[in-house]
Amino acid sequence: MKRRWMVATVVLAVTLAACGREVGGDPAPEPDEDTTVDETPDDGEAPEAAGCEVGEVDGDLLFGNWSEYMDPDLVTQFEEEYGVNVTEDFYTSNEALLAQIRAGGADFDLVVPSDYMVEIMIGEGILMELDHDAIPNMANVASEFADPPYDPGLRYSMPYQWGTTGIGVDLEATGDDPPASWALLFDPDVAGALPGQISILDDPREGMAAALFWLGYDLNTTDEGELQEAADVIEEARAWTVTYTSDQYAELLLTGETVVGHGYSGGFLDSFWGADDPDRYTYLIPEEGAVIWTDNMSILADASSPCTAHTFINFILDAENGAQLTNFTYYASPNAASTEFIEDEITQDPTIYPTDEVRQNLFFLESTGEAEILYTDLFTRAQG
Amino acid sequence: MSTIVTPPDLDEQPARPGRLPPGLEVKAEKAASRRGLFIGLPAYVYLILFFALPLAIVVVYSFATRSVTGLTVLGDWNLRSYGRLTDPLVLRIAWRSTWIATFTTVVSLVVAYPFAYYLATRPPKVRAILLVLVMIPFWSNFLARTFAWRLLLSSDGPFVRLMEFVGYTDLRLLFTPTAVVLGLVYGYLPFMILPLYASIERLDHSLVEAARDLYASGWEAFRKVTWPLTLPGVIAGSILVFIPSFGAYVTPEILGGTGTTMLGNYIGRQFVGTASDWPFGSALSVAILFVMTIAAMAYFRSGGKNL
Repeated sequence: MKRRWMVATVVLAVTLAACGREVGGDPAPEPDEDTTVDETPDDGEAPEAAGCEVGEVDGDLLFGNWSEYMDPDLVTQFEEEYGVNVTEDFYTSNEALLAQIRAGGADFDLVVPSDYMVEIMIGEGILMELDHDAIPNMANVASEFADPPYDPGLRYSMPYQWGTTGIGVDLEATGDDPPASWALLFDPDVAGALPGQISILDDPREGMAAALFWLGYDLNTTDEGELQEAADVIEEARAWTVTYTSDQYAELLLTGETVVGHGYSGGFLDSFWGADDPDRYTYLIPEEGAVIWTDNMSILADASSPCTAHTFINFILDAENGAQLTNFTYYASPNAASTEFIEDEITQDPTIYPTDEVRQNLFFLESTGEAEILYTDLFTRAQG
Repeated sequence: MSTIVTPPDLDEQPARPGRLPPGLEVKAEKAASRRGLFIGLPAYVYLILFFALPLAIVVVYSFATRSVTGLTVLGDWNLRSYGRLTDPLVLRIAWRSTWIATFTTVVSLVVAYPFAYYLATRPPKVRAILLVLVMIPFWSNFLARTFAWRLLLSSDGPFVRLMEFVGYTDLRLLFTPTAVVLGLVYGYLPFMILPLYASIERLDHSLVEAARDLYASGWEAFRKVTWPLTLPGVIAGSILVFIPSFGAYVTPEILGGTGTTMLGNYIGRQFVGTASDWPFGSALSVAILFVMTIAAMAYFRSGGKNL
């Protein structure tokens, strides 16, 4: 009996020792929305930069990315040019990426969070300040992406691709002229009457944003009542929602499991253009408003190969490589120098490069600070 | 085979059996016990490191707090996560897990019992081949096999096509509870067949013959002789199928959709998914473990010993 107690005591002691720390790094400093810009010192010097040479590599790269978001040929090219291995691992939402980093053990060097998540990650201190000297191709970034509100001066991130979040439609089920509206997901008389089912992104901010647009609220609201209403809309739609997915929305549409899907522009177009019957499908940007986003390459503060990561960022920001990426993903490129190398079919497509008129209706997700957890909780609850 | 292998020489030879001074006997016992500990040590280390310790961490975390940004704060220990266990959503998911697991167990039993009976009554050679066939699925990855089911159950897959041919249109299988049950039955059927086979094989057939001689009908002989005698196999198989089905994660994740969230998925979402609520996920895990342990103890106390 005595021995058993000893074992228990040892186990407990070790456990307590192992968890005598905050999980996932320090708690976020209180973000002050109004002063975010002012917090950035203007001396232009990165105090904790990695200090890498251009083209320097210091080990293999573990690249955390969204799925179907990287041309494998580009990876091979990089591997051959620099003699390192690149391992890609995938996540399905910004929140899942954050959870993975906090949990530890993911060991990513380079990740591709979206705009608002870059802001959250900077706040949590998990991103490394970039050494701009090691990224000369930064000059290729289009001016409208060079000083974003979520990361002024691109101190922690470099834009990777941008696009919109909208609705993919099987015209055979909806008729030739479906309304460009979130009604296709949420209106019982429209979505509920479809001869098939729908899918919604498994992503708390995107899912809630769609419902908030449908209700006519601000997509970055922190009002609990409005968020609750949005969650109710998603819960009600469960009757005709087949599943929540962030990586199979296009596949489900093409295989007939769904007739309407909530997803990203390039993800749909990539699949539609490769389908047997491309004219059967279309991508819509709802008129009530939709999310526009940029995904950004950032290096984690505890990266084991920070210089390889810098070199990789510089490689992607190269004009021709950037174009090759867009030609593969069908997402728009933030790389101004790439434009001439991108296929006309893509640059001329208004669903990829929306017109100015449409762009007035596109909004960025922003970090909502402490309300972020409300989005997560309400969305998880609505999923059932 | 029957020759006794003499143990290799050890530094501390156990004392010869027989009359010994009491002091030496105690010494010998202690030595034997020390050797026992030494032999058991790898298992102890393994269980402490990979079972007890992680479990203790889960228990500790279940009393922790989640910060406003979704981080787990170790401190300010409280029971809030346990308070959320009676939330209607949690109860609904728990109820769903229970009936999906029950249904899976019943279907497995109905499918496995006749097969196990057939298996146990074949000549040894055939039996060996059939047993290998039962085991073959284990040689390939469970995840890959579950994904294969996804193709089989999809809207243009063979099952739906067949049903359409028979006249059932608008049938959908993938992402429904039916798909989850099918996937679980497929995955855990061998766990039902093997214990059933073992107990049916042990069945003394002359008892069935005796029942028939005493004018029992075939059904009565089964109900009054075969079934009670093979009940231990039925119970063992049911436990082996019910418990993993109840905690299933992969199958509902891949074959299920809206409305098939099971406890395993719900807990998973608290950690790797978007919910990011470790204390609540831990509390859920501890609660399930607690309920399962109580149920198992109650069962073994009430005469489950004769398994």
